[in-house]
Amino acid sequence: MGYRLTESGINELLQELSKDYVLFAPKRYEGGNTFSGVDCIRYGEITSVDEIETDAKSDYSFKEILLPLSQTLFYFTEDDIKQPQSRQKSALVFLRSCDFHAVKRLDEIYLRNGAPDAYYSRLRERCRFVLIGCPKAFSTCYCVDMGTNIAEGWDAAFEKKNDGFYMSSPQTELAELIQKHSANETDFTPSFVAETPVKVTVPDGLSVAVAKASMWREYDSRCIACGRCNFACPTCTCFSMQDVFYQDNGKVGERRRVQASCMVDGFTDVAGGGSYRQKNGDRMRFKTLHKVCDFKKRFGYHMCVGCGRCDDICPEYISFSHIINRLGDAMKEVNGNG
Amino acid sequence: MDINTKKLMKNAFRVTKERGHTASRIRIPGGHLDVTLLPFIQEIAQKYGNGTIHITVRQGLEIPGIKFEDIPKVNALLQPIISGIATRQEAPGTGYPASGTRNVSACIGNRVCPYACYDTTGLAQRIEDAVYPNDLHFKIALTGCPNDCAKVRMHDFGIIGMTLPQFDSSRCASCGACERYCRKKSVGAISMVNNRPNRSAQKCVGCGECVINCPTRAWTRSKEQYFRLVLLGRTGKRNPRLAVDFIKWTDADSIIKIITNTYDYVKEYIDPSAPGGKEHIGYIVDRTGVQEYLKWAMKDVKLPSCAEIEQTLYWGGPQY
Repeated sequence: MGYRLTESGINELLQELSKDYVLFAPKRYEGGNTFSGVDCIRYGEITSVDEIETDAKSDYSFKEILLPLSQTLFYFTEDDIKQPQSRQKSALVFLRSCDFHAVKRLDEIYLRNGAPDAYYSRLRERCRFVLIGCPKAFSTCYCVDMGTNIAEGWDAAFEKKNDGFYMSSPQTELAELIQKHSANETDFTPSFVAETPVKVTVPDGLSVAVAKASMWREYDSRCIACGRCNFACPTCTCFSMQDVFYQDNGKVGERRRVQASCMVDGFTDVAGGGSYRQKNGDRMRFKTLHKVCDFKKRFGYHMCVGCGRCDDICPEYISFSHIINRLGDAMKEVNGNG
Repeated sequence: MDINTKKLMKNAFRVTKERGHTASRIRIPGGHLDVTLLPFIQEIAQKYGNGTIHITVRQGLEIPGIKFEDIPKVNALLQPIISGIATRQEAPGTGYPASGTRNVSACIGNRVCPYACYDTTGLAQRIEDAVYPNDLHFKIALTGCPNDCAKVRMHDFGIIGMTLPQFDSSRCASCGACERYCRKKSVGAISMVNNRPNRSAQKCVGCGECVINCPTRAWTRSKEQYFRLVLLGRTGKRNPRLAVDFIKWTDADSIIKIITNTYDYVKEYIDPSAPGGKEHIGYIVDRTGVQEYLKWAMKDVKLPSCAEIEQTLYWGGPQY
């Protein structure tokens, strides 16, 4: 059971929700992309439904809400440390099925892979999710093959249709709020993509032995190690720590945690001056195998959710889905029957 | 054969080496042309020319081999091109009303090029609309970014696109791409301080390399499009020289005002005995002094508050 809301109805709902929640959704930032006159779609706070970009895929994912690109963990003086206040309100995040599946991957790394991470937990505990119905895959999506096209367990669902906005919630409190601002009750199940234009196959028996395949050498020169694929990825979880001493007074400063990219120089720098995976193709191999090989060995499912953002954002037109599809031949090559 | 060559040239035809033959010069502001106009050009070249066209250095087209007596027929055939490009005209069917102010040329701009900071063709057409028709010898060129592929520093007015980079520190992951690309491809205006980029406003040329290479949208473009206006470059015999920096971070309206003001200045001070009424603006400024020129050029110009004006202008180049 669900509800149909008019534009003014849903805006009233959003207004009421914003008393308790900061509303995050994919937003269009006019002229906010790399090239002049090109919009960027990324997550930001919204107050009305027309701000939610439903027609295009976001260039960057919801991940930034749970894992800020740069997060000050605490400020320090000679004697004390002080934590900045975290978000007062809960977050209500509008996302598609692939991204909802990415939340599980982030949780896996930050909550269940050893001791829970306090900074992640703090934001995650007060985060609820509204699924955006996804009727049609975009040109680079491959969610179906990664098993992330259908989502369950969301707090509410939302879909824009020709005759208004459809919402539902399995939770009484949210459902009542939606009903209060709705035009009428109606059947509503959010749309899920059933087929994608891009198909991928992760080969059975994929192992780290594929590291010796010749395909990675192609990316030594093609890849520019910019890290866009990692920053746009909803499941990349790596970070670096920075202790910053303010210039005016070198005795006070802050500790920051910033998103890190395994493609960018410096990622493998270690004390004593060591640095590993110098070749960009080796970085590509490391990333690929994390997404579709070793994560699965540990947690039982693939890290990659098939959103295709890495394909969309690569300035060198390197397609990650194409890399996945090359792994079969690469395995044959290293197994000596290629 | 009796023909008024002054009128012929004003009508955008050329006196050529071949006696009794001319060439028709077609203006294409910004160098961008709808292909539906190409058949008309072909028709003129095949019917009245020698079956060839020349792509001029100023991005116009020239149809050579036309007989003087065919000029009225060529003017009639030029009409769909003139109307299609929306070139201002005195009366339909009479061809071009002036040729002194040259075609406004431009690089391909942000309709295609990733580096360009604005729509060069669009602004070229706006400028054309503000200055044409005019008999005075003005050369204006636009380029999308400080790479200056359009070589605008060889023109009276060179317009170089800029963006004022905006930095959102909360989106910076300290990857260092902005610093590296600025250092290697531009002017090295960025230094890393406490893992974050620090942009020197003085050094920055507004090329946007930091924005283009930022993987996280920490660097974005300013909503406003800015320009560097460079002045009075020229090729030629006596003293070829590159245009010099005049205003950094100016806007399109100010540029158009400065150009139209310069027409008033040239009308006042041009050498009345200049052959063909044609004298490079730079030589006039050499005569009157820069301060007198700037008095005219800056009349009623309202620059954006961030604009930086060079107070002293010195041109170089060889003196022959």
